[in-house]
Amino acid sequence: MPMPRSTGWLIVIVFGGVALGGLGLPAWMISVGLSAMSQGIVVLGLVVLMRAGLISFGQGLYFGLGGYAVGVLSLEFGITDAFLRVIAAALAAAAVGLLLGCLLRRYRGIFFAMLSLAFSMIFYGLLVKNQNLGSTDGFRVLASTFAGRPPTGGANQLWLFLFACLLSAVCALAVHRYFRSTLGWLATAIRDNETRVEYLGCSVNAAVHLKLVLCSALAGIGGALSAMTVGHIDPAITYWTTSGELVFVAILGGAGSVFAPFLGALVFQVVHTLALAMLPHAWHVILGGVLLASILFMPDGLWSAIARRRERSHG
Amino acid sequence: MAISLTILMDGLIYAAWLFVVALGMTLIFGVMRILNVAHGSFYAFGAYTMATLLNLITGAGLPFAYGFLAIPLAALAVGGGLGTMMETGVLRWLHGRDEVAAALATFALFLILEDMVPLIWGLDAIPTYQIYGVLGTTDIGGMIFNNYELSFILLAIVVGAITWWGLRHTRQGKIVLAVIHDPEAAQAFGINVRRVFPTVFAIGGVLGALAGAYSAPMITVYPGIGVEAVILAFAVVVIGGLGSVPGAMIGALAVGLARAVAVHLLPQVELFVIYSVMTLVLLFRPSGLFAKPVARRI
Repeated sequence: MPMPRSTGWLIVIVFGGVALGGLGLPAWMISVGLSAMSQGIVVLGLVVLMRAGLISFGQGLYFGLGGYAVGVLSLEFGITDAFLRVIAAALAAAAVGLLLGCLLRRYRGIFFAMLSLAFSMIFYGLLVKNQNLGSTDGFRVLASTFAGRPPTGGANQLWLFLFACLLSAVCALAVHRYFRSTLGWLATAIRDNETRVEYLGCSVNAAVHLKLVLCSALAGIGGALSAMTVGHIDPAITYWTTSGELVFVAILGGAGSVFAPFLGALVFQVVHTLALAMLPHAWHVILGGVLLASILFMPDGLWSAIARRRERSHG
Repeated sequence: MAISLTILMDGLIYAAWLFVVALGMTLIFGVMRILNVAHGSFYAFGAYTMATLLNLITGAGLPFAYGFLAIPLAALAVGGGLGTMMETGVLRWLHGRDEVAAALATFALFLILEDMVPLIWGLDAIPTYQIYGVLGTTDIGGMIFNNYELSFILLAIVVGAITWWGLRHTRQGKIVLAVIHDPEAAQAFGINVRRVFPTVFAIGGVLGALAGAYSAPMITVYPGIGVEAVILAFAVVVIGGLGSVPGAMIGALAVGLARAVAVHLLPQVELFVIYSVMTLVLLFRPSGLFAKPVARRI
């Protein structure tokens, strides 16, 4: 990876620039950007796992948990502050991640994917059966307030956009620092050979457990942001197709950098918006086509194309 | 007594359905190491093709019994056609890539095909009840069962037996078993492993489409049936151990009976009883019931 020292600053500059740009963007681009950032944060968590060779097909669980945490917080306690919402969502998702991690940490490969899928489907079943939470219809999420500022109609979306930029930057910086830590570097080693990692004196299971908690917290944050953006939550956000979509974005972006998930999510949301406009009843056809093309022709994701160009320009 | 009989019969019928859906998936995984998400599309296309054929047959004034001919026809056409297209068009180019890439490629195919369904057949449900009542009913211990539903158990036994016999007693089947056991060793003994793949994929597709076509008269054929079928097949296949045919049978029985118990005694838990069974099995058998142990890399 070139320019390692400046990546932290690059994160600040990029998301700062996006936030500034947001002031002049039309409403539909703001909403695409918001969706991309909330999805990007979730996928950032998936990349943490992917680096260790683990794929979770049940990320919808934590994503939905974050969304429902936001919804329940305003439903039961009347709390609509954006910061508190995100913190609560992250904590709720991390707590469940910590708990389920006790089981999941022992699994690898397809069984890790399937067990996480099973957990997310159980959660989906619980939500569908829960009449208090609106069953399959879900319920409306009240607009967010920012540090006591009451929601102000159209401007609220812009506030949310700025908030999302801040949140994305914080998450990206945190994950970037994690990648540079000993535990972060260990991810590649775990993917390549677990036995050797154990001989080094590290516990593979403990490292995987930590990654799981990190990954769930990020999914919770993304879910909270998504619920605040959409203004509505229903059990479909925890269904296996949502989880599949998230893995798709992770593969589309690649695992090369903390920017990759956001790039993947942006491309996904733009394709989604365009496809929906072109083929309202069959937009999955276009989406599937893009996914297929990216798997066949860009095995390391969109980021690999940029990284290659950067390497070339740096000689 | 009556309730336990109902649970048993419902469970067996549901298990039979699950087994036929999951069999093709586990076969494909066993041979090709591809977790085929698009198996749900085989199911959906099978059901829709069956519905179209059935309406053509009854529309032409032929007796309903001819409708049964539509089942193998739909299964072969969909499984063979779609399966071969998917294998040669996409999956062939992913040999040597990891399992996740292959699974995601089938997920992409699934997304595409899932939205092709309303493009081809429209958004409304298609009537397929015509042959549901043709076989009459059976009285078992005072309970009335529809014979068409009961015949699903027969179908599962026949399909299972043919697969089992075919794998163990034919030359082609033995080749497939050798590839499942160890693709490299099979290749070393002169088996063209790459030639086995498209055939197995097509057979898996035929099985998936057969499940869909046979189910069509019992269910409502509407967009979205593939999504549900494939996620249930996942659970069954994982419980049994990916790639194991007897595993798929045991998995189907476990899930089918567990669901029947839940539906009749504790309907609130119906939606997640299947995944609870899957979680329980994985807790004690981390690779499923019938999976062979894998050596650790040093």
